[in-house]
Amino acid sequence: MPNKTFFWFFLPTGLAMILFIGLPIISTGIQSFYAQHDQIVKEVKKCDPFGCTVSIVVDNEETSKIREAKPLGKFNGFGTYTDRNHLAVEEIKKFWNETESFGAFIDQVTNLPFYKALIFTLTYCLFVTPNVLLLGFIIALSLNAVARKIRGPLIFGTILPMIVTPLVGSLVLFWMIDSQGIIGANIQNLMNDPYLSLKSSKTLTWITIIIYGIWHHSPFAFVVFYAALQTVPQEPVEAAIIDGASRFQRIKHIVLPHIYPVVTFVALISLMDNFRVFEPIIGFSAEGSAQSLSWLIYDNLVNEEVILFGSAAATSIMTIVGIAILLAPVLIRTWKEFRIAR
Amino acid sequence: MRKILVTLLFLIFGTSAFADCNIKSGSINILANDFPALRTFVETSKQCKGNAEFKVTHSSEHNKIAVPALTANPSEFSARIAANSSIVPLMNQDLIRPLDDLVKKYGKGIQDSQLITIDGKVMAVAFMANTQHLYYREDILKDMGIAVPKTYEEVVAASEKIRASGKMQHPYAAAYKAGWNLAEEFVNMFIGHGGEFFKSGSAEPNINNAKGVATLNMLKKLSELSNPDYLTHDSEAIKVEWESGNVALMTLWASRSGTLLDDEGDPNITKATKLAGPATVGGGNIPAATLWWDGFTLAKNRSDADADATFRALAHAASNKKMVADAADQAVWLVEGFVPGPKSIGVIEAVKMKAKPYPMLPQMGLMHGALGSEIVEFLQGKESAEQALKDVEAAYISKAKEQGFL
Repeated sequence: MPNKTFFWFFLPTGLAMILFIGLPIISTGIQSFYAQHDQIVKEVKKCDPFGCTVSIVVDNEETSKIREAKPLGKFNGFGTYTDRNHLAVEEIKKFWNETESFGAFIDQVTNLPFYKALIFTLTYCLFVTPNVLLLGFIIALSLNAVARKIRGPLIFGTILPMIVTPLVGSLVLFWMIDSQGIIGANIQNLMNDPYLSLKSSKTLTWITIIIYGIWHHSPFAFVVFYAALQTVPQEPVEAAIIDGASRFQRIKHIVLPHIYPVVTFVALISLMDNFRVFEPIIGFSAEGSAQSLSWLIYDNLVNEEVILFGSAAATSIMTIVGIAILLAPVLIRTWKEFRIAR
Repeated sequence: MRKILVTLLFLIFGTSAFADCNIKSGSINILANDFPALRTFVETSKQCKGNAEFKVTHSSEHNKIAVPALTANPSEFSARIAANSSIVPLMNQDLIRPLDDLVKKYGKGIQDSQLITIDGKVMAVAFMANTQHLYYREDILKDMGIAVPKTYEEVVAASEKIRASGKMQHPYAAAYKAGWNLAEEFVNMFIGHGGEFFKSGSAEPNINNAKGVATLNMLKKLSELSNPDYLTHDSEAIKVEWESGNVALMTLWASRSGTLLDDEGDPNITKATKLAGPATVGGGNIPAATLWWDGFTLAKNRSDADADATFRALAHAASNKKMVADAADQAVWLVEGFVPGPKSIGVIEAVKMKAKPYPMLPQMGLMHGALGSEIVEFLQGKESAEQALKDVEAAYISKAKEQGFL
């Protein structure tokens, strides 16, 4: 395609991307450097049906004057990024100096909200992404081998987890693992422990969410792999059969190299999706045991009666940076291959 | 026949003309939490809408919608049914209007005690009171020879006895869902211990002390007597637990008593369900509970005509003797003419015992939020009480700094 044609072809998408993705990200970035103005409070008398007390309220007249002068708030630089609820630079320095063993230091650090969330997010990514790839590939291979007649219904059944809305899917599983639900009660019976609860134990909650994640994301990998498998040329496969290659050898030396770019693509998309894990935490009411970076943003924006825009913006920007770091190796590799190919 | 029809029509129009308050124009749009008493209240105000447009949104997610929806100009809602805690963010952002003039003009029938005044200005009109108090199963306690608990120490002892008898494995229930609910239980218990959340006259936190530790230890004891899934249980979930007969003692909102004692569910359990005042804790004499009011506020960013219409409709309900008589078992109404029934025992006892109202402070929401997520690990046994309280204070301080309170 000539560059000029490409330009006009890409223009509408490009504009939409700038408008709906680029500008909001810039605005989020700017927001993250600002904090609220100092609150001006005054003591007043408050009366309600239960009696009167003297306590403080925000002085709206004074506050609105400051707000009009500087609507963005007080410039805070990287203050929000480095505070305890985010990167916690000061706290980490303090822990490093105060703790005696490395284990104790790690304990202290993982107790900080941002690192707690980061660890869950990374664990989720590390377990879900490879398993999704593997499971998706195995399903695609097996479905590719069954008779054409029953393939249709089987494919439909396989992509069902993806069709089910994430929240509904997680709620169904949530009720099943309830201590009186079908899975929860059976595990209690099996382990002979009436106090065992999948929902109250942190480890078990993590495992549940990870299994749910694999269940929910595998169909996507499967669909893409299945499509890619249709393009594998038959001649080399047949030649390999004649040469006496086993099924495993054929897959390893012919199929996998052929669909390799697709594997990279699925890995990228999966990593990005998994890094933003959010719905299962809400669906499983797992806020207590598992918090992800996306959940932190949500928490700052809606869970409290006071909305923390600066905090939410800072976490958003760090999530974007996190995704960029995670994807960097894959992207660099693709870029190198692209240049060799040229 | 025709005569009858005409009479009937006349009657219908006659009564509706009587019910409406002659509101000629304007548009009314209300945001409210979702429980039976509020539905009754809003329905009653609808009767008087006249020619005004009338819309209502009942949502348990009301807290998440309120501030953004009222910040818009003109705002989405003309009125918000708020409570002690939810009026604070509206006040902080200056989103609600003073009601003095409207009360003077249309507020006939509203009692002075219903007015929420802040700095001499009426900011809300309350119509019902709420608190969390004890519910118990009379049959079980009688069988076991246990007296109705008056303190949380007695609740623990009674629950342990019931568990030891093998009757129930998890005899206690309270809404300990991580987040808002769990924090609310901490607030109750901390106030029961005589705690103050902030150093006097400042926004500095003041919970990492002996009272805070005692509060956490009591919460932990109670959680061990609850269903192991307690961290995911909100008020609705423990109501279901109660109705399935798995629980003998429970701390729950007074406003839920109506649905617990209705005809649905096992009649034996309903019959044995009894209400008591809130319990005290740690030898204190004020109950480990907070008093709440529910009342209406009017959006600032909305035309005066809409505010006028909305106030008249809501004031009609907030002074409606018929409503409080018909729905006497749905809530403890603060409206004139309310005769407390057996379902109001909890709130009335709480008031008698001089329970404190939920603190109406600008920075309280941040503290509540920090509590809801930071004390979970202590309850799971992963952290000491001191560490958990230290975490709460640190999380609160960072947020309060960002928000300009410190």
